[in-house]
Amino acid sequence: MPRTLLAASIGLVFGTGIALSGMANPAKVLNFFDIAGAWDPSLAFVMGGALIVTAIGYRFVLRRDKPVCEAKFHLPTNRKLDVQLVNGSAIFGIGWGISGFCPGGAIPALGLGEISAWAFVGAMLVGIFAARTLRLALDQRVTQTA
Amino acid sequence: MTEFTPLLSLLGGTLIGLSAVLLMAFHGRIAGMTGILTSLLPPVSSDWAWRAAFIAGAILAPMLILGLTSQAIDYSSPVPAPWIVIGGLIVGVGVYFGSGCTSGHGVCGMARLSPRSIVATAIFLGTAMITVFVIRRLLGGV
Repeated sequence: MPRTLLAASIGLVFGTGIALSGMANPAKVLNFFDIAGAWDPSLAFVMGGALIVTAIGYRFVLRRDKPVCEAKFHLPTNRKLDVQLVNGSAIFGIGWGISGFCPGGAIPALGLGEISAWAFVGAMLVGIFAARTLRLALDQRVTQTA
Repeated sequence: MTEFTPLLSLLGGTLIGLSAVLLMAFHGRIAGMTGILTSLLPPVSSDWAWRAAFIAGAILAPMLILGLTSQAIDYSSPVPAPWIVIGGLIVGVGVYFGSGCTSGHGVCGMARLSPRSIVATAIFLGTAMITVFVIRRLLGGV
């Protein structure tokens, strides 16, 4: 399964980046948000570095006809700025500010064996599952009544 | 206080970017943690194997760093346990309805200049800063 093994290696690169950058450390993340207090601007360098590499890399990669292991690129096609995007993002930011964890930071933090990271990820998965179940149920009701 | 680490953070960010480029080059996918996790929850996507492998690699990374370099990764969670759980629930609901988080919108989407991702990133960075300001400066911290 080279395709799966390859994904594991890419995940390893991602997790190494998160761990070295400080994104897996809630105290550092919260201090980045604390502009009026113990401000630690490090995370601006994480976002900046990641953005520059991705923006340049995507230019080359997306010029090709298809990815190496797949028939086509899977790119989001929704271009609408809707209420759900705005509200969801606002809610995410509140939870991020409370806990100091975002999903990409919390998953590699699991490898540190810290109970707080496991508690966060458990609760986050419950949150995603509940939101998705609600969404799917509502969609089904709309289809039934239509 | 946490130490300002511009070089290490820049190096980490570069690796995060590299992983996003590689996942697009080989699998044709956005390296967004929200999307990857959501597809692994029931109803599980039929194309789950690469996602589970990506997560496994990400969890293994800090162990490998510790094992190979005996360099401990800084970690400190100053937030009381109940608030970590409440924060986790809120993050889960938010990223689902917002269709992404820091990796998907903040890195991959922004790199593609997606208007949705630019708006989402501005909003979640903004509300996170406001939340920390309210908790630490107005309420005196939890």
